[in-house]
Amino acid sequence: MNNRINTLFSEKKSNILSIYFTAGYPALDDTMTILKNLDTAGVDLAEIGMPFSDPLADGPVIQHSSEQALLNGITIARLFEQLKEMRQHITMPIVLMGYLNPVMRYGVEAFLAKCAEVGVDGIILPDLPMDYYLSHFKTHCEYYNISNIMLISNDTSVERVRQIDEQTNGFIYLVSSNGTTGSNKSLESQQDYYRHIRSLELNNPALIGFGVRDKQTYELTNQYSSGAIIGTAFMKHISEHGIDTDSIQNFVKGIR
Amino acid sequence: MKEFNPNEQGYYGEYGGAFIPEMLYKNVSDLQEKYLEIIQTEDFQQELNQLLKDYVGRPTPLFYSANLSAKYKAKIYLKREDLNHTGAHKINNTIGQVLLAKRLGKKRIIAETGAGQHGVATATTCALLNLECTVFMGAHDIERQKPNVERMRMLGAKVVAAESGSKTLKDATNEAIREWINNPQETYYVIGSVVGPHPYPDMVAKFQSIISKEIKVQLEEQEGTPNPDYVVACVGGGSNAMGAFYHFIDNGHTNLIAVEAAGKGVNTGQTAATIALGKQGIIHGSKTYLIQTEDGQIIEPYSISAGLDYPGIGPAHAYLSDMGKITVGSITDDEAIKAAFELTRIDGIIPALESAHALAYLNKMNLKESDIVVVNLSGRGDKDMITYSKYFNHE
Repeated sequence: MNNRINTLFSEKKSNILSIYFTAGYPALDDTMTILKNLDTAGVDLAEIGMPFSDPLADGPVIQHSSEQALLNGITIARLFEQLKEMRQHITMPIVLMGYLNPVMRYGVEAFLAKCAEVGVDGIILPDLPMDYYLSHFKTHCEYYNISNIMLISNDTSVERVRQIDEQTNGFIYLVSSNGTTGSNKSLESQQDYYRHIRSLELNNPALIGFGVRDKQTYELTNQYSSGAIIGTAFMKHISEHGIDTDSIQNFVKGIR
Repeated sequence: MKEFNPNEQGYYGEYGGAFIPEMLYKNVSDLQEKYLEIIQTEDFQQELNQLLKDYVGRPTPLFYSANLSAKYKAKIYLKREDLNHTGAHKINNTIGQVLLAKRLGKKRIIAETGAGQHGVATATTCALLNLECTVFMGAHDIERQKPNVERMRMLGAKVVAAESGSKTLKDATNEAIREWINNPQETYYVIGSVVGPHPYPDMVAKFQSIISKEIKVQLEEQEGTPNPDYVVACVGGGSNAMGAFYHFIDNGHTNLIAVEAAGKGVNTGQTAATIALGKQGIIHGSKTYLIQTEDGQIIEPYSISAGLDYPGIGPAHAYLSDMGKITVGSITDDEAIKAAFELTRIDGIIPALESAHALAYLNKMNLKESDIVVVNLSGRGDKDMITYSKYFNHE
């Protein structure tokens, strides 16, 4: 069964720009405004971060936005409320990204059912291990047609990449280099790794993320994948320049 | 009696596992594959035991406290982990893990610390075994625990302030994990308690299990039986308790009592009583009980003792508690302080605030004169003198 993610990747093979932003930031109910402005600016896919008190895989920028969003009062329930009428305005695929604990507390099946109800197409939970996905998520993900997007890094063995490719659907999140989000590691030095992954001819398309921050890094990663994910650089941008249409359009124009 | 182990995936019942981002997968799975093989080799055991004996000062005494025994009308023994080098049980684990890191060819050690005891033990071990050491400590804790910060620096460790979140132990742990994600191959992360992704809970339990191993031998000598009626230990993450319980689990005789820090009281909102209040969830890579909001955000716990204010608990304790194999009690700040002063005056031993929680539990037990009780005195109170002196001056 196809969802909007699969449709996007079957229609567009390259130059896919995905933007991450933290729900509930800068103000609690900014989520839909940001989403609409991203859509207007022509981004292909949006990842909405569900803030967590202890975001292990995130660098300082996303830690800060998560902390502020929680202070603003964001919860998963509130986020779903904000997204209730999303599909009247937005056609691009939407992915929720966060950590396992708040999802467990919400209830795995209830969470996935609600995703389907508001029109979310996929989830990314970096601390959800494969075995737990298979035992606690997979059946529900399939039932509600929600893609579970998994990460690979340059330490992931070929055997495991194949296994992840088997189990994931939508796309593979290729972590640019070992690090937390927003790390400024050189992406140039990782080209052998990107080339290697491309040579495996996986079933799923790949987007490169973590450390993609400007036109140059976006273009570099695009040589090896279907596109890239930008999060930290976007969060920095809206912290400085705001979330209105112009601000968001300027950011996107600066990338492609 | 069979040994207490998790299953191959690191689960104790439904608790444990390895909930880690992919960036750590290879590092952690390498460790999962190799740790048992390495630590069970004769060569490793010999080096470990030699250091524990000659450097740490093991075995630590099992002290029969005639004074406490008279007071509580039972046979009260204190396992003197406070007499270890660096002043607590923490070094049993750091020596083991740093030796393991060397055998894995790692160049650099990182650790988290709350009150600073695990940080000091790690820095000490790294000085001895000549490895570079970085310790993450919450910015608030750095202010509160200055002497331990200075000890670590004198030992050559770099102390990095965790400025995120609530700036205490849980955030120091987050920062250590982030550092590990950024440098997964060359860096070895020495976790200080029976928490974290598999294999840490089991590995730390095994390194700390020397406590109960010695108790058995020492009690046999002194009482003619290896098995006490009760073992009492405090739990934050739970490493000293796991070490003191390990060889008594499922022996069909010994009651194992884990004492949590109630802080101002279990229902006051200022507490670290994780099992009493906690709901299941994921913290620092394992599934266990943790103190969290309805929305699954982790709550910063409170205890007068910086070593017990951890919002989670080792997955093995969560399992043992669910199975009824351990009893979980709780002690407030005030009760702990009182017990610390009592031991100091009655036996001339100033206990760590953490260990004072275990001592205070003696008051809550219905003991018979024939009962043999071992209280694990996990650390000494030098580090807590500022807190104690506040009470002392009000006496």
